[in-house]
Amino acid sequence: MAHHPDPKRSLMIYFAVFGALLVGTLATVLVAEVDLGVMNDVVALGIAVTKALLVILFFMHVRYSTRLTALTALAGFFWLALLILFTLSDYLAMGKILPVPGK
Amino acid sequence: MVHEGAHHPSLQHQFDSLEQQKESSTLGMWLFLVTEIMFFGGLFLAYVVYRHAYSHVFAAASHHLNVILGGINTAVLICSSLTMALAIWSAQVNRRKLIVVFLIATMLLGMTFLGIKAFEYWDKYESHLIPGPNFSPAALHLHGADGQTAQIFYSLYFIMTGLHALHMIIGLGVLAALIRPSWKGRYDASYHNPLECTGLYWHFVDIVWIFLFPLLYLLGAHAR
Repeated sequence: MAHHPDPKRSLMIYFAVFGALLVGTLATVLVAEVDLGVMNDVVALGIAVTKALLVILFFMHVRYSTRLTALTALAGFFWLALLILFTLSDYLAMGKILPVPGK
Repeated sequence: MVHEGAHHPSLQHQFDSLEQQKESSTLGMWLFLVTEIMFFGGLFLAYVVYRHAYSHVFAAASHHLNVILGGINTAVLICSSLTMALAIWSAQVNRRKLIVVFLIATMLLGMTFLGIKAFEYWDKYESHLIPGPNFSPAALHLHGADGQTAQIFYSLYFIMTGLHALHMIIGLGVLAALIRPSWKGRYDASYHNPLECTGLYWHFVDIVWIFLFPLLYLLGAHAR
């Protein structure tokens, strides 16, 4: 658990995060115009996850919170990752290993 | 519950200290946000599954969303997250008038977002892209079964952005309720839990939009 920085420094951090979020938004719009195939999704989600992390760590103060709060936040996103990855592993493998019943 | 003597007026009797009280409210708010992650998560999963099944229809249907307006709205929400963080910062440096200024700024930016969103919804209505009997895929240049499949994209678009907008409206109500106590000096460096928890909620709603914007608006941009 890190301590809150002094007010002047935390103000600088807020504006730096704000700038990074705007740059990330511009980057995600520009990179979407280029055809990268599957990589378009990977880059877009990579930028979105980075922006979300900046918001969680600095605007939502998780960087300075207790471990219990940080673990609670992490558990929520971990559950979301399980939900999507396990479902996708089923959909993506469907028909590739065994034939789909009824087809 | 106000005690005579050494107790801080905002310290409720079930807590030992202001610090413990703050930790409890922050943890409780995060537990609520975890349920919100699950709430939106189900919709994101539905999006992923249907996008996988009908990727070319989703890309074509996404073309009709206005990237400029969506991008401006993303920037507006990021600005509102900054002003929300600055409202809490103002409490930490005991500037009660500045708290009110930043709360109002956050509300104005939130209302700007909703105004732009309403204009986008009206545009979809004009283009017959609201799912239902009047849905017409003519504006999407899709034909036959693909045109009808586009309704799945627009159903997800309206449910996800609509729920997001509903969260914004609730957030605006909570922000409005904080203005009076902030003005009266209820919040300072030692106690500002309601501001902190509202900030957590507002930033979470911002994060939902950070994912909605690329997933809904940008997925077919390079094929334009």
